[in-house]
Amino acid sequence: MTQQKKNSILSLFASVQLALSLLFLLAATSIIGTLIPQNNPPDFYIERYGFKTAQLLRILDIPDMYNSWWFLGLLSLFALNLTVCSLERIPQVIRTLRRDGLTVPPAQLAKFPLHRELRLAHAMEAATTRVEALFTTLGWRARTANLEQGRLLFAERGGWTRFGVYVVHCSILIILAGALVGSSTVARIIGNPKFAFKGSIMLPEGESTNHLIAFKSGEHIDLDFHLRCDAFAIEYYPNGMPKTYRSKVTVIDKGQPVHSADIEVNQPLTYKGVTFYQSSYQPYQNYQVSLKKQGSTAATSAIVATAKQTDWPEAGVSYGIINRESQGEATRRLKIWFTDNQGEPSVFWVNNNQEAIIERPSGTYLLTLRQLYATGLQATKDPGVWLVYLGCLLMLVGLYIAFFLSHRKLYAFIQPDADGCRILFAGEANKNKVGFEDKFSELINTLEK
Amino acid sequence: MDSSQLFGVTMIAYIVAAAFYIGLFLFKNERVGVFGMALAMAGVGIQTAATGLRWYESYQMGAGHAPLTNMYESLVFFAWCTTIIYLVLEFRFKTRVMGAFVMPCAAVAMAYASFSDRIDDQISPLIPALQSNWLIAHVVTCFIGYGAFAVAGGLGVMYLLKQSASNANDRQPLLNALPELKVIDDQTHKTIVFGFMWLSAGIITGAVWANEAWGTYWSWDPKETWSIITWFLYALTLHARFTRGWRGRRIAWLAILGFLAVFFTYFGVNFFLSGLHSYGSV
Repeated sequence: MTQQKKNSILSLFASVQLALSLLFLLAATSIIGTLIPQNNPPDFYIERYGFKTAQLLRILDIPDMYNSWWFLGLLSLFALNLTVCSLERIPQVIRTLRRDGLTVPPAQLAKFPLHRELRLAHAMEAATTRVEALFTTLGWRARTANLEQGRLLFAERGGWTRFGVYVVHCSILIILAGALVGSSTVARIIGNPKFAFKGSIMLPEGESTNHLIAFKSGEHIDLDFHLRCDAFAIEYYPNGMPKTYRSKVTVIDKGQPVHSADIEVNQPLTYKGVTFYQSSYQPYQNYQVSLKKQGSTAATSAIVATAKQTDWPEAGVSYGIINRESQGEATRRLKIWFTDNQGEPSVFWVNNNQEAIIERPSGTYLLTLRQLYATGLQATKDPGVWLVYLGCLLMLVGLYIAFFLSHRKLYAFIQPDADGCRILFAGEANKNKVGFEDKFSELINTLEK
Repeated sequence: MDSSQLFGVTMIAYIVAAAFYIGLFLFKNERVGVFGMALAMAGVGIQTAATGLRWYESYQMGAGHAPLTNMYESLVFFAWCTTIIYLVLEFRFKTRVMGAFVMPCAAVAMAYASFSDRIDDQISPLIPALQSNWLIAHVVTCFIGYGAFAVAGGLGVMYLLKQSASNANDRQPLLNALPELKVIDDQTHKTIVFGFMWLSAGIITGAVWANEAWGTYWSWDPKETWSIITWFLYALTLHARFTRGWRGRRIAWLAILGFLAVFFTYFGVNFFLSGLHSYGSV
């Protein structure tokens, strides 16, 4: 490749036009995926858009466009553009910062947009002391150069803030790197699906598991430990809206229960880098029964379905569920048939998970029925998330520096004349020029008084 | 007195304030403008009390949470943010006539929240997904951004109006009252910068929260996607200005286009698209 060709490619990637085009393209193409539903089965698209259009959509990867080759390609180009742009401009910034303000020819100061001249009836040394004191009131320390025609004082602040914009650029690259590290693609490339994954677990109450099913690929991923669901519960507000979804779980590592916790929405559980989130649930049409006879130690438990008679031979009782009232799939009330074979059977309604007291000729019985659930958990391992968070933090810091802090320079050139000194002040700021102008005038006014 | 009555008073204050500001623009009567400003400030004060009261009422009802959780509460909060950002700008830059282009936006949001059949103004308890400390951080950062972009959009309209008059060279006295083009341009830019900072913070707090609640900081759901589209648009605007020297007319158009994207992110997504943010819908 010739030098010229190489340079033209480099300058393309370093160009702001490319950056502007990419920002526009990313914004414009992102709209597509919000209008066409994403990640549905192929039939969905055929039904909705017709066979031909659906085929076109499939070729362009539209059903999963944010992971498509062309969208990821755009993002990669964006990252490359960002990198080349920044690398090309940072040396320029360093050169700007290295330029010593004392080397600016005094004649140029009068051409600064912000400059002002005034006279002091002081001798050279006294005037220098006063101007130095002025710089000090700003908290700036002036450096001095003795030139042929007079003495130049110079001070600057916030030169480093010129890097703010590159902190933002760098933060975007870090976020993209974090997203890459946490993606299943990288896990596949390094041949270790356990490196980063997202998947789901449907775990019935009382059972435990040590594997999950990965999203999209559907492959089984083994965990190094077991997770047991001890109980799942939904709480409701008085108006019927769900208040809490809660899974009581226990981590079992090397056969030992090591940690018990409640997982709720907004309150996940992390163990050995894997985080479990409450994401769904599945009610079963089975009930956990616990039945006691008051005044004795006799007790039984069973799992029962509806419309089936269950016997407790030790106590000589039988019971069954003959009706129920549900909201969706969640049972609210159950109608129970209960007999000890002495007299008429008892028939009554009882709320789910509430104790019923049954007076029978043979004694008093305490009965609780609780609907069984499976909890749906999402399990995620994302080693890149800390990079993403670091990038986010850097972005906010960088934006603040880039937008609200500026590089300010202040010059004072002192020349002796017949009965005192002439002082030429000049200043420049790369941002918030109006604010700096006010400060500049205010400062010089104090000297004039 | 309950919070909904106070919100009603606020709405009237904003509507009348907008009318006064428009009056200032049309008749160039400074007194009218001062009334507008006073009403806008009174509106903000009353609304602050109303918000506090609604917060308190939610605890009384046993559903205690910050009043930032549904379309009604967010619209009202949007009006509040926009008005405050506008008033700060008015104080800093001493250009009262801008209110004619910004206050109608706040007044419309407030009136729509109060009168639309599609919007329920009842206090309802929080669903599990919203029970998080990130709620306040996320909503507040986003809406400061939205408010700033609404102001920037208003300034963009003002710029184009003023410019079309000076181009036509027919010295319309009506538009002479508007600030210099250079001043409007500078304020538009500063407001966009301010909004961009808060939008970034809003997207970031949203991502962190999503990771806490759902285990994924970014899932390309329509709300997220539209927020990043908006972010790309404003990033484009800022780069065009910083590096290509775009000024004036182009920035004014981009400020308007940006606000349309904000509007769709906030509103359109809830009405036209479905996704994880469905609790914001009506």
